[in-house]
Amino acid sequence: MPCIVINKETCKGCYLCIEVCPKKSIAIGKELNSKGYHPAMPVENGECSGCESCMIVCPELSIEVYDEE
Amino acid sequence: MKDAATHYCQGCGHSVIHRLTAEVIEELGIADRAVGVPPAGCAVLAYFYFDVDMIEAPHGRACAVATGIKRANPESIVFSYQGDGDLAAIGTAEAVHSANRSENITVIFVNNAVYGMTGGQMAPTTLLGQRTTTSPAAAGREAHREGYPIKVSELLASLEGSTYIERCAVNSVRAIRRTKKAIREAFLTQMNGEGFSMVEILSPCPTNWKMSPVKSWKWIDEVMTPYFPLGVIKDSRKGSKKDAG
Repeated sequence: MPCIVINKETCKGCYLCIEVCPKKSIAIGKELNSKGYHPAMPVENGECSGCESCMIVCPELSIEVYDEE
Repeated sequence: MKDAATHYCQGCGHSVIHRLTAEVIEELGIADRAVGVPPAGCAVLAYFYFDVDMIEAPHGRACAVATGIKRANPESIVFSYQGDGDLAAIGTAEAVHSANRSENITVIFVNNAVYGMTGGQMAPTTLLGQRTTTSPAAAGREAHREGYPIKVSELLASLEGSTYIERCAVNSVRAIRRTKKAIREAFLTQMNGEGFSMVEILSPCPTNWKMSPVKSWKWIDEVMTPYFPLGVIKDSRKGSKKDAG
């Protein structure tokens, strides 16, 4: 299954990725980053279809999508 | 794009538009001859993020500066990156005359309906009824007092000189893909030497609209696009079928 990696330090918490994820596999993280935002985080055992929607909408280039490896 | 964290607010459309522009420049293989002209406004620090040559222009004069660069060095691919306060207010004359002279430049026009950097004042593109810090009444902007929002794309499309003008948005995955295609077409127009091209992009400003980023996306759909219709406004390039000018 493809997976996403979110850079939590550059995430500013706009949560647009959560809005566009068709599998609802991204959620608001509990911990704070150094700028004081709650970064978006992939949910545990969430599905990912590798559609790259989150990567396309992320204003901060914080999301990378990887194919199955 | 350089590997730097942007200074934009959360959910800002600028960062997305920066990325799309940078991607198009890279895909077209013109990074070594691209020259950008950032505006005064939120995107004033765009030169920190684009990994191409950038020359900062005084407020509103980006089109004039871009004209100079292009004429002095016709080999370069020149784009100006301007907001609505920059292009539609103080830089109206420069934009109109550059389009009218069919200067072979590309303009990325980011329309977010407010002056973002200075604190959300009313811009020429602020919609009727929209509340800003300088139209704070309950009724927001009113036509009898502040006039009507300027449709810059239609205005420039009415000039003989403009070649390719399209209006897009960045409020959904589909719209972002469409915007990238439009920016690509605009750069191709310039590379083929066919004249003035502009892409107007409706961009969210959650901070000054006082909304969440998700709500500001919906606001573009519900409030902005009915007044600023999306699509190709003018395409008078050779071989194009959609010559609406």
